[in-house]
Amino acid sequence: MRLSAPALAARDPAALPRLALAALALLALWPGLRLTEFNPAVLLDPANAVPMGRFLAQFLPPALTPEFLLLVGRATLETLAIATVGTAAAFAIAFPLSLVTTASLSLSSIGPARDWRLYRLLRYPARLLLVLLRGIPELVWALLFVRAVGLGATAGVLALAITYGGMLGKVYAEIYESSATRPARALLEAGAGRLQAVFYGVLPQALPEMVSYTVYRWECAVRASVIMGFVGAGGLGQQLELSMRMLAGAEACTILVVFLLLVLLADALSALLRRWLA
Amino acid sequence: MAPSCAVCAQALSLVHAGGRVALDALELAVRPGERVAIIGPSGAGKTSLLRVFATAQRQSRGRLEVLGANPWTLGAGARRRLRRRLGLIHQAPPLPPRQRVVTAVLAGRLGAWGLARSLASLAYPADIGGARAALERLEMADRLFDRCDRLSGGQAQRVGIARVLYQQPEIILADEPVSALDPALANHTVGVLVEEARARSVTLVASLHAVDLALAHFPRLVGLREGRVLFDLPRPEVGDALLATLYAQEGFLPTQHGGPIALPALKLPQPPRCD
Repeated sequence: MRLSAPALAARDPAALPRLALAALALLALWPGLRLTEFNPAVLLDPANAVPMGRFLAQFLPPALTPEFLLLVGRATLETLAIATVGTAAAFAIAFPLSLVTTASLSLSSIGPARDWRLYRLLRYPARLLLVLLRGIPELVWALLFVRAVGLGATAGVLALAITYGGMLGKVYAEIYESSATRPARALLEAGAGRLQAVFYGVLPQALPEMVSYTVYRWECAVRASVIMGFVGAGGLGQQLELSMRMLAGAEACTILVVFLLLVLLADALSALLRRWLA
Repeated sequence: MAPSCAVCAQALSLVHAGGRVALDALELAVRPGERVAIIGPSGAGKTSLLRVFATAQRQSRGRLEVLGANPWTLGAGARRRLRRRLGLIHQAPPLPPRQRVVTAVLAGRLGAWGLARSLASLAYPADIGGARAALERLEMADRLFDRCDRLSGGQAQRVGIARVLYQQPEIILADEPVSALDPALANHTVGVLVEEARARSVTLVASLHAVDLALAHFPRLVGLREGRVLFDLPRPEVGDALLATLYAQEGFLPTQHGGPIALPALKLPQPPRCD
């Protein structure tokens, strides 16, 4: 065969697969674009652009009347309270469940602890419970609880406690499992019980990481509680939703600025706390 | 068996997961209140023997009797009660780095404490006096409220010993308890262990790397080589020739003063010739 070598080298052998891959990606994207009826042109359609422009024009100057600032201040405090109480409640759910689900102390090699059957019996239901808790987003829980307990902060706290409880519990268990087991084993070998071995052998190593992750979750909770406010679960979000519905651009602007500051503050505080703990 | 046996091993074998034989049909009987030193070259099975005695590891074959019971036929609750009466001093003390010394020492009695008392002691140490007293005997009382990761290797080793002193077990099992201490301190610390065993009439089984320490403190010496008992004799009968045999492969006798001393200019025992 006179299939010349230079002819082969003149073509990029990777070009065809790349082209095929790009075409495939576009093909996969197409139904999505159709389904969502995505069309940037609607933003420029005068029927939409005019009210939008009018709303945005109201943003400046932001609403700074004392009554409104007082209202926003109270909503900010409420948002912080939802995040903090929600995270604390999540911890109360997560910590016991993490103790039950962790596998690092199923020490069959040195003989089962006295209460091992109980723990093994509890482990799988507890793990399933953690999956259920964190499997449903907090926004969905918030919607449910607003129906159940009415508009307000309680719904937000309950929603955070459940979802974040599931997340914290899983991460705590992972932290235990990644820490050294020798101290806990030594205690079991001297006749300590399983829980005692966790508290004296595992937690001293795991605690800094647990606190650091919990603080990070609190930071996420501040953001989440604003979003949950939109479905009526109290705080800044609920206030923002009211202002938006009344097309009060100046108020919306003030709230957005406060929200931005709050998130920045939570971010800085959480970074500071975690650096201090490390 | 009669209660004249604190720890007894019959044809005790331990084979590690990789197939390495650590203990090979070992026979040893320690009476209550006896003080026994286990010596032998590294890899002879000293640590394995103490771990099996402490029920930290189950033997592969053979019989083990600890304080009148076979630990591996007991129920989980009874085995836990048995383990409370055994104190193992680890060569590398298993202390969590961020734990305070006082907590690490008090952890020795977790087996005797209920869960409520253990948790309360994390909020405020339940027995500061007891922990201080145990540390004082090892000249460590000034580090009572320090964190364990601020200690040197030798200090951490003494905290591990203080924990077992505080536990007050009926059998003290010590796995090279003074390997990280300087000679004077090592001598003092082994003295504390021996004195503790004598004062409370409890059993002490200690493995020691330094032969001179074993000779100075223990009335009975067991020479271990390749997982078997090479000799098991009262101290006066342990002569240079036996020690030379025990450490033949090392080529020197490990002691703690000024490093290893060359074996005495003895002829190694020759295999008997038939002529």
